[in-house]
Amino acid sequence: METILGLDLPTWWFLVVGGVFSGYAILDGFDLGAGALHLFFKKEESRRIALNAIGPVWDGNEVWLVIGGGALFAGFPVVYATVFSAFYELFMIFLVMLILRAISIEFRSKEPMLWWRKTWDISYSVSSILLALALGLVLGNVIQGFAIDQNYIYRGTLLDYFNPYALLVSVTTLALFMMHGAIYLVMKTENRLYAKLTVLAKNTTIFFVLMFAITSLATLLFIPHMINRYREVPYMFAFPVLAILAVANITRQISRRRYFYAFLSSAFVTAMLMILVAVGLFPNIVLSTIDPNLHITVYNGASTDKSLKIMLTFAAIGVPLVALYTSFVFWTFRGKVKLDETSY
Amino acid sequence: MNTEILSRIQFAFTVAFHYIYPPLSIGLGVVMIIMEGMYLRTGQKIYEQMTRFWIKIFALIFGIGVATGIVMEFEFGTNWAVYSRYVGDIFGSALAAEGIFAFALESGFLGILIFGWNRVSPRVHFFSTIMVALGSMFSAIWIVVANSWQQTPAGFRIEGQGMKARAVITDFWAMVFNPSSVDRLSHVIIGSFLAGSFLVLSVNAYYLLRNRHVAIAKSGFKIALVVATVASLLQLFTGHRSADGVAKNQPAKLAAFEGHYDSSAVADMYLLGWTDAQAQKVSGLKIPGGLSFLIHQDLKAPVTGLNAFPTDQRPSARAVNFVFQTYHLMVAIGMALIGLSLLGMFLWWRGRLFDQKWLLQIFAWAVLLPQIANQVGWYSAEVGRQPWVVYGLLRTSDALSQSLRTEQVLFSLILFTLVYSLLFALFLYLLNKKIKHGPDDLHEEVIPDYSKRDNPILN
Ligand code: HDD
Ligand code: HEM
Ligand code: HEM
Repeated sequence: METILGLDLPTWWFLVVGGVFSGYAILDGFDLGAGALHLFFKKEESRRIALNAIGPVWDGNEVWLVIGGGALFAGFPVVYATVFSAFYELFMIFLVMLILRAISIEFRSKEPMLWWRKTWDISYSVSSILLALALGLVLGNVIQGFAIDQNYIYRGTLLDYFNPYALLVSVTTLALFMMHGAIYLVMKTENRLYAKLTVLAKNTTIFFVLMFAITSLATLLFIPHMINRYREVPYMFAFPVLAILAVANITRQISRRRYFYAFLSSAFVTAMLMILVAVGLFPNIVLSTIDPNLHITVYNGASTDKSLKIMLTFAAIGVPLVALYTSFVFWTFRGKVKLDETSY
Repeated sequence: MNTEILSRIQFAFTVAFHYIYPPLSIGLGVVMIIMEGMYLRTGQKIYEQMTRFWIKIFALIFGIGVATGIVMEFEFGTNWAVYSRYVGDIFGSALAAEGIFAFALESGFLGILIFGWNRVSPRVHFFSTIMVALGSMFSAIWIVVANSWQQTPAGFRIEGQGMKARAVITDFWAMVFNPSSVDRLSHVIIGSFLAGSFLVLSVNAYYLLRNRHVAIAKSGFKIALVVATVASLLQLFTGHRSADGVAKNQPAKLAAFEGHYDSSAVADMYLLGWTDAQAQKVSGLKIPGGLSFLIHQDLKAPVTGLNAFPTDQRPSARAVNFVFQTYHLMVAIGMALIGLSLLGMFLWWRGRLFDQKWLLQIFAWAVLLPQIANQVGWYSAEVGRQPWVVYGLLRTSDALSQSLRTEQVLFSLILFTLVYSLLFALFLYLLNKKIKHGPDDLHEEVIPDYSKRDNPILN
C-alpha cells in the first residue's frame, strides 16, 4: 500500500474530507447561527445589518458543503451512497431547507412590503435552525452507528434517526452555531445592535457550554466505542483537553470584550469537536449496529489508490487557492457593516 | 408507479429545472465581461450602467442555479446509491474537481461582484467578473466530462461482481478525454452562450419596442448580437461533431434520433416526422440518404439501425419517438437561431437594425428558443442512451438505491414539485420586476469617481 509521510492514501483522504467538513462547520456555522438568531432582532434596520453581515460570504461558505459532498463521493463512494440513501427523508428535507434559506436571503430585500419581509425573515430563521439541527442529527447517528446490512442497505426506520443521543447532538450543534454566529455578528455591528448582541453572545455561550457538558457526559456513559481510541492511545487525550480549554477561552474573551479572539476560539472549538469524532471513529466511518464486521472503514469504503492520488493532487493545488481567495473576500468585506445601494 | 420510475422522474425533473439557470449564468458571464471590459476601456457611463444592470440579473439567476445544483449533487447518493458506488472512483473525482476548482471560484468572487462596487477598484471588480465567469465555465467542464464518461466510458476497468462491482480508473486522462467529452463540452458551452446572449437581446428588444433606455439598449443589443451570431454558427459545427461521435460510439442512440430501424437500408435525414414502431417507419419530410451522407459521406451507404440491437439494449419504442422529436426540435431551433442572428447582422450592416418593429418583436420572444433547445438537447442525449445509465455497463434499473421505498420517493417528488413551483414563480416575478425597472441612472454625485476615491484595497 502506498504511503505519503507514513500515512496511507485512504487515511490522507479521511483527513481531507474531515478538514473540508470542519471548514464547512466553521464557515457556514456562523451564518447558520446568525440565521438562527435573526428573529431576535426586531427593527428592520437591525435585520438588514445582520443579513448584510453574512451577505457577501454565505454563498461561498456553503460551497464547502458542496466540496465536502464531492470529496466524500470521490474518496469514499460507499460511505456517500450508504449514508445518503439511509437518511433519505432527512437529506430531502435538508435540501429543501437549503433552497428555502437561499431564496429567503436572496428575495427578502426585493420588495418593501412588511408582510413580504416578515415572511422571508421567518423562513430564513426557521430554515437556518432546521439545517443546524439536521446536521447535528446526522452527526449524532454517525457517532452511534446505524443498522447497515451486508449489502449496505439500511434496515432501520425513520423513527430510529430521532433517538435521544442523536437529538442531544443535534441541539448541541445548534447551540454551537448560535454562539459562533452571535460572536461573528458582534464583530460586524455597532451601537444598539452591538449592545444587544453582546448579551446574546453571552447567553448563547452559556447555552452551548451546558449542552457541551451534557453531551460529553452522555458520550462517556452510553457510547463506549467513542472512548476506546483514547484509552488505547493516551496522548489523544490532548484533543478533548484542548477542546475544553478553548471553550473556557471563549467565555474569557467574551467577558473581556475581545470578540475577534472569541470568534477564533469558537472556530477552534468547532474543529476540535470534529476531530474528537473523527479520532473516535477511525478507521471506521460508518458503524453497523447489526454486526461489527459490516462496518464501513476508510479501507473497504475507499476509492482506489490511483484515484485517491489524483484527487490528493487536486486538493494540494486547489485548497491553497481556495484559502487564498476566500481570505481575500473576507478581507475585502472586513470591518463593521455599512449599508449602501448594493446591500440586501 | 414503482421506485425506479419515480426516481427517474425526480432526477429528470430536478436536473431539467437546474438546467434552466446554468446556461444563462455561463452565457451572461461572457456578455458581462465584454460590457465591463468596454467600460474600463472607454470609461463611458453607459457601459457601467449596463454592467451593473446585468450583474443584478445574473445574481438572481445564479442564486437559483446554486440552490438547485446542490440537490443534484446529493441525489446521486440518495436515489442512485448502486450507481454511486459503481462510478465513485471515476465520477467522484470529476465532481470533487468541480467543487474545488469551479464552485469555490465562482461563489467566492460572486460576493465582490455584487456587493463590492464601493469596496474594490474597477480593475479588481473586473477581475472578479472574469473569475466568476471562468468558474461557471469550469463547472460545466467537469460535470459534462463526468456525464460524457457515462455516455462513452473510457480509461477504466471493472472490479468485483454483483453488488460489489465497480469501475476503477486506469488512465485519468483517457477518462477525462473520453470519446465524447470534447464534442459535448463545446456544444454545451456554446449552447450556454446562446442562452445568455438571447436573454440580453430579448430584454433590449423589449426596451427598444417601448422606447425606454434607448441608448443603453441599442449598444447592449449589438454586443449580444455579435456573441449570438458567432455562437449560433459554431453550434451547428459542434452539433455536427456530436452527431458524428454518437454515430460511432452510440449507434443505437443515433438510430433512435432518426427513427432508423433497418440496418441494411440507406438512412434518411428528417426535418419533421413521426415514428411508427409497428411499421418501423417514419412518416415525414426528409432528405433521402441524408444520414448516410452525414456518417459515410455517401448517399447510398447503409447505416446501422435499431434492429441490429436486442430489444433490451436499445431505447423502447416510446423513447424512440420521444428522442426523434426532441432531437429534431433542437436542430430546427439551431437553424432558426442562425437565420435570426444573420438577419440581424445583415440589417445592422445596412444600418436598419432598429427600424424593424417585427424583428424586435421576434427577438423579444426568441429568448425561449435556446432554452428549449438546451432542454430538449439533454433529453435526447439522456433518454437516447437508455436503458443504460453507464453505456453498455450498468442499467438504469440496476442503479437504484436498494433501501429506497416508493413512498419515500413519492414524498420527495411532491416536495420538490411544490418548492420548485414556488421558486419558479418567484423567479419569474422578480426577473420581470427587474427588467421592468431597467438599468439605474447613475448620477455623478451618487457614484463617486472610483479612481480618486480612497479605496480600502489600494491604500
Ligand atoms: C453546463 C453546465 C452545467 C450542468 C450540465 C450542470 N451544472 Fe450544476 N451548475 C452549473 C453548471 C452546470 C453552474 C453554471 O456552475 C451553476 C449553475 C448556476 C450557477 O449559477 O452555477 C451550477 C451550480 C451547481 C451547484 C451549486 C454550486 C455552488 O454551491 O456554487 C451544484 C452542487 C451543482 N451545480 C451540481 C450539478 C450536478 C450534480 C449536475 C448534474 C447532474 C449539474 N450541476 C449539471
Ligand atoms: C451533466 C451532468 C449530468 C449527469 C451526470 C446526468 C446523469 C444522469 C443520471 C444518473 C440519470 C438517472 C438515471 C437515468 O434515469 O438514466 C439521468 C437521467 C436523466 N437526465 Fe441526466 N445527467 C446530467 C445532466 C442532465 C441535464 C442537464 C439534463 C437536462 C435536461 C438531463 C436530463 C435527464 C433526463 C431527462 C433523465 C431521465 C432519462 C430517463 O430516465 O429516461 N441530464 N441523468
Ligand atoms: C444546429 C444544429 C444542432 C445539431 C446538429 C445538434 C446536435 C446534437 C447532438 C447529436 C446531440 C447529442 C449528443 C450526445 O448524445 O452525445 C446534441 C445534444 C445537445 N444539444 Fe444540440 N445540436 C444542434 C443545436 C443545438 C442548439 C441550438 C442548442 C442550444 C442552444 C443545443 C443544445 C444541446 C444540448 C444542451 C445537448 C445535450 C448535451 C450533449 O449531449 O452535448 N443544440 N446536439
